[in-house]
Amino acid sequence: MSDTNVFQPKIIAYVCNWCTYLGADLAGTNRLEYPANVRIIRLPCTGRIDFNLIVKAFERGADAVLVSGCHPGDCHYTAGNYHARRRWILFRQLLETLGIDARRVHFSWISAAEGKKWQQVITEITDKTRELGPYTAYREICQEC
Amino acid sequence: MLDELRQTCRRLLQDGTVQAVIGYGRPSPEDPVVPVFITKPEDVDQLAWDDQCFANLVKYLLRKEVLSLGKLAVCVKGCDQRALLVLEKESQIDRSQIVVIGLACDGVGKPRLAKCASCDVHTPRQSDFVIGKANTPDAAATVAERYAELDAFLAKPPEERMAYWKKELSRCVKCYACRQVCPMCYCRQCIVDKNRPVSISTSATLKGNFAWHITRAFHLAGRCVGCDECTRACPAGIDLRLLNLSLAKAAEENFDYRSGMDPEKEPIIGAYSQQDHEEFIR
Repeated sequence: MSDTNVFQPKIIAYVCNWCTYLGADLAGTNRLEYPANVRIIRLPCTGRIDFNLIVKAFERGADAVLVSGCHPGDCHYTAGNYHARRRWILFRQLLETLGIDARRVHFSWISAAEGKKWQQVITEITDKTRELGPYTAYREICQEC
Repeated sequence: MLDELRQTCRRLLQDGTVQAVIGYGRPSPEDPVVPVFITKPEDVDQLAWDDQCFANLVKYLLRKEVLSLGKLAVCVKGCDQRALLVLEKESQIDRSQIVVIGLACDGVGKPRLAKCASCDVHTPRQSDFVIGKANTPDAAATVAERYAELDAFLAKPPEERMAYWKKELSRCVKCYACRQVCPMCYCRQCIVDKNRPVSISTSATLKGNFAWHITRAFHLAGRCVGCDECTRACPAGIDLRLLNLSLAKAAEENFDYRSGMDPEKEPIIGAYSQQDHEEFIR
């Protein structure tokens, strides 16, 4: 990452307070290195992660968005992640129809014990987004104001 | 058929079953059809019925000033009736307090609206009265046929789809007619009207228009009944039908659910199943 000419994507991660945030925390305390391209935004639950937040991230110049929370069955609020999962299934179809790049919207379940998985997911997303390049299509929409 | 409709309404008003009938009317022969609110039996001759009766009158059942008229009868086409069923499921109306007059319909508009081609509810269901008889057989459309229009659009590359929406949505003036006319948009305060904090840009620019139309479409996910009133009301002629269809398709493919069709099925949003698929989640 010493090469300054390499594209540094901006990745927004909406994570749940109880699992993925702690997973990321664990990655930190375990000194697991992962790309610094991710900006973590902590929310109470994946059930709280409004699709508008995903849109907002792209509006503000994100190149990729990750939404992550507790594994099914592990939700702190019992069922928040089940509700979220159902909404994402529908939301992905809407993105598709609008021609918004679905390859830039990622979903994952990462528990508080999965610091290693957090490292892997972030590394993969960063590499993939770097391949895709900056998300200029949505940025253009927002610039024409 | 019109006589039968007028007679039914006259009887309902005369014997006091209802205090008002919401129907279609034509103030004079050359005028367009407008919604009419009949409160006196002698006024039932104002009622009209032909292929220009577009409006989904179910929307009025949610308005305070209309509800204050007393017990209501409402005229519905098959597609409008689906909206009635969803509103009942979502506890927005008390079905026992409404008399539903179903109007058998062979399609509206000249030429026929897009929604009429795959219509499989020519005769309204769960109505207290069904007036007339539909001559067009219900389309036995498969999933592929029902969403053929959308699939043709989805066959284009993503850049082209994005370009299409950029072109279309650039015309949006944020009049919110699509919201006002929608029977499913009944929030007391719409999210775009909340300004602390502003979550959706209120400007009528591409940025704000994308945010609004994503929001509008997604808030109707698994709820939109495809009455296409939003498309009809749009002064800019934006084909919102495509967005609604895409979510209807997702609901049907993934959850075997068509909103407003089966009274036995519960709405998919607000519920979940442990079996929902998640191959897209890492």
